[in-house]
Amino acid sequence: MNQLGVRWTAEQVLALAPDAASARAGSRLGTAVPWSDAGYDGTGALWGLCRGSGTRPYRTAVDLTGPGAAAKCSCPSRKFPCKHALGLLLLWVSDDPVVVRETAPADWAAEWLDARRERAAARGSAEEEPGAASVAPAARTADPEAARRRAERREARISAGAAELEQRLADLLRGGLAAAEHAGYGMWEETAARMVDAQAPGLASRVRELGALPASGPGWPVRLLEECALLHLLDEAWLGRARLPSALATTVRTRVGLPSSPGGPALRDRWQVLAQYDQADSRVATRRIWLYGQDRGRTALVLSFGAAGRAPEVSLPVGLAVDAVLLPHGGAGQLRATLGEQFVPPFPASGTPPGGSVTDAVEAYGRALREDPWLESWPVVLAAVIPAMTNDGWQLADKDGRSALPLAPRALGRPGLWKLVALSGGGPLDVFAELTPQGLLPLTAWSPGSPAPTPLT
Amino acid sequence: MTGPGPQPAPAVPATPTWEDLVTSALLGTDRRPPATGTGAGSGPGTGAGTGTEAASGPAPDAGRRARSGPPKEPPLALLDAAALHTVRRRAALLPAAAGPALPVAPPDPRPALPPAARRRLAQLLADRAAPAQAAGRRGSAPDLTELLPQWLAAANLRRFQAPPALLPALLDAARARTDLRPQALQFAGTRGLWLARLNPQWKFALRGTAGGTTLPDIRDAEAVRNLWEEGLFAERVGLLGAVRAADPSAARTLLASTWQSERAEDRLMFLDSLRAELSAADEDFLEHALADRSRNVRSVAAELLSALPASAFAARMAARATSCVGLDRTGDGGIVVEAPHECDAAMQRDGIVAKPPTGRGERSWWLGQLVESAPLPAWRARLGGRTAEDIVALPVSDGWQEELHAAWCRAAIRQGDAQWARALLGPPALPPDSGPGTASLAERAKLLAALPDEERAGWVAAFVSAHGLSEAFQLLGVCVVPWSRTLGRAVVDALDIARDAGSYPWSFSGVMGLAERCLDPGEADRLAVLTTTPDEAEGAAPGAGGYWSEAFQRLVGTLRLRAAMRAELDGTAPEGTAP
Repeated sequence: MNQLGVRWTAEQVLALAPDAASARAGSRLGTAVPWSDAGYDGTGALWGLCRGSGTRPYRTAVDLTGPGAAAKCSCPSRKFPCKHALGLLLLWVSDDPVVVRETAPADWAAEWLDARRERAAARGSAEEEPGAASVAPAARTADPEAARRRAERREARISAGAAELEQRLADLLRGGLAAAEHAGYGMWEETAARMVDAQAPGLASRVRELGALPASGPGWPVRLLEECALLHLLDEAWLGRARLPSALATTVRTRVGLPSSPGGPALRDRWQVLAQYDQADSRVATRRIWLYGQDRGRTALVLSFGAAGRAPEVSLPVGLAVDAVLLPHGGAGQLRATLGEQFVPPFPASGTPPGGSVTDAVEAYGRALREDPWLESWPVVLAAVIPAMTNDGWQLADKDGRSALPLAPRALGRPGLWKLVALSGGGPLDVFAELTPQGLLPLTAWSPGSPAPTPLT
Repeated sequence: MTGPGPQPAPAVPATPTWEDLVTSALLGTDRRPPATGTGAGSGPGTGAGTGTEAASGPAPDAGRRARSGPPKEPPLALLDAAALHTVRRRAALLPAAAGPALPVAPPDPRPALPPAARRRLAQLLADRAAPAQAAGRRGSAPDLTELLPQWLAAANLRRFQAPPALLPALLDAARARTDLRPQALQFAGTRGLWLARLNPQWKFALRGTAGGTTLPDIRDAEAVRNLWEEGLFAERVGLLGAVRAADPSAARTLLASTWQSERAEDRLMFLDSLRAELSAADEDFLEHALADRSRNVRSVAAELLSALPASAFAARMAARATSCVGLDRTGDGGIVVEAPHECDAAMQRDGIVAKPPTGRGERSWWLGQLVESAPLPAWRARLGGRTAEDIVALPVSDGWQEELHAAWCRAAIRQGDAQWARALLGPPALPPDSGPGTASLAERAKLLAALPDEERAGWVAAFVSAHGLSEAFQLLGVCVVPWSRTLGRAVVDALDIARDAGSYPWSFSGVMGLAERCLDPGEADRLAVLTTTPDEAEGAAPGAGGYWSEAFQRLVGTLRLRAAMRAELDGTAPEGTAP
């Protein structure tokens, strides 16, 4: 059809919503009534006037060319995108006749769209010039010497923190984990706060997770010992990082919580979106986007963050693909990458990524652990697996019915489980999942009966 | 352990064992030092011959450090060893044995939804998951949850298959709203039922209401008999209903086969399911049930029999009732009433309740029951060959009119007699209190249900035109959807009048909601002019104009949405307008 390819689905639009309330408010506005002068053109611009409670209608414009959908609205909402932008997108995906195909955007929308695209173009050309890219960071950090000293101070703080954590772990083990069952969260929270003071957020979050384990049901001492041991391993690795191979040392730095940055050579590919889902804690929403390079067969993880009521900026709904450059981050066994330049707007992906058996999946996981023992999960595509119910919960079994992998306990309470089962109807389907030590977390399914992938998150 | 399924590979011979480590960790190294004590021997780097890939990870580096340094404290040595074990255990995970395979869902031959309709359903179901909006202003956007029942009915009419990925949301919706269940379950189809069996939360779907899908093929006599004799109560009710729908007399025979051994409450429920497809063929069985041990069973049997005007029961009732009511030969030709003096055993056997509720006289109570159960055609012969209209118009002596007319109303409702219903409703323009029959709106709504669809809509339209909307809600509720053109216009005009009269729209929110769901979507364009905010008229409620225009906007929006939903299901929605 147009440069945008196939229209999005309503689910894809609703995935943009910063929270459930916005999604709800947005779908209420996804009807023709409050809208006027709405239109779209072939270049990914969408605009319209939405009558609200005031006298002047809100001017809403959406640009679909960037990563996800950028939106601008004259409403006072601090949510992003606001309900008007969501409503307009829903109207567009439902082919409502009120959204008219035009050759050029309305003037007021064109102003914003042009400015935005110029900025994007300027950014793009700056990246192409090798000189420009290196100038920019230097301009930001006025004094490289001071920056180096700051980094050294931080490393020293982290080292002190790691040493303190070692001491605390030793004390814990000396007294026995049984005592931890009665200590409650308080002890862990306090230790986690110490790690935050030591500027080691990676250590802090691991410590905080330890706090939940004593209440995690039967077998908790095993899980607690495992996690304590891995934390200890991380402490030791940090303190001895000078003697580690450099890739591993980078992984350790990332795990401890130092910011990671794109380092590897840029990879251009047709990246198929395997999954996109958000994890929110009290302060920040993290969007995880799994991409699969259709030409080179590489899997990558793009993270996007959104603070305080804003949805993470990048949105790549499942079912699309982007022709784009990814900049991989360094470190052994790390899949993280930063999304670089996109060459055309996202287009619908075709086909299922190549998958393997459950045995292939555990082998891949084992190999990945060799690179990064602190690995929490590893992305796997399981081809032709069938959900099966056991006394302990659900599993995904190979089609021959011999081998299976259990679903992780936290996958069992999610609505995605039932979607997966419903889609299978007892027959085989392809599933993209994260494999964790506790089992699989299914994220996306491709069933033979339905043309588009179904997100399970 | 690492989850329920993947089993660790057989432990690699290394000391100390994982179990030792866990025990030491749990009790504390002070109390129970790890088996190999402190020192280099326990360092993870010594995991030579582990054979797992983990050995090439960072663990050896940590181990080397341990080896090269001074002997470690026991807790740290234990952690070293535990780290090695942990990584090794995780890296050596093996797939678990697969559990028993699920039965494969039966194929669903219905065609898939058009893409636009599928998106719409996803949206309707997503909106449902949201908590209901706070009461009060409803805004100008349509209420999607109210449209789900219509959507499902329309999709079922066109025999579409439910998209499997939306089945969980659909079943959740049906679980929360019983009124959705029949349509939702029909739409969910065989795959929906297959899914519901796997999740205890969706047990409701298995109660045999799903178009007979859990039930055996009702043509399979043996399977029917087996389920009837061994099934659970709910299954049996479902089975009886299904058989009754297909073959009324087979259902009666089925019920009769075990009637004697059923419990009284069950007899009551089973008897009630004969209400569907009731015919003269059921008379003998019902007559038999009049002698039942349970009073409730007797009264249901009597009620059912009274709906069969040709039955012997009806004849007995007619004889009793007509003996109490006759023409006044002496005076003005009105009706005289002589209420029964006693309620004898035969009357009680025929379901007449002897003891009146508190505050009612015995004789009028008995009279009411007799007239209610007597076949209405009997009155024509009794009252000089008059039509229902004429009979209703006759004066009734001694203040019996209210009692007698109320009983006739109940009889007309029970027997579904359109002629009597029409007579008792009277002309729609008459003020409700002064008409014949009953002033109760609920009763009138039931009387209306006995009229043919078109006549009913016409009557309600005339009523609305004459009396406005304040009392029309219940009457509108019994009209067929979408409303006829006459009815729709009458309602819209009445709303327009209410707006001009300066009242607030929420006084009419019930009717507005009905109109959104029931008006013909084709009316949307005609209504669009009402959505503008008029200048504030003098004496109008402040701000009412704005609220009215908002309410009309929602009305028009909902109608357009319904039209769009229909077009999507028909596959006539514009699909992609671009080149």
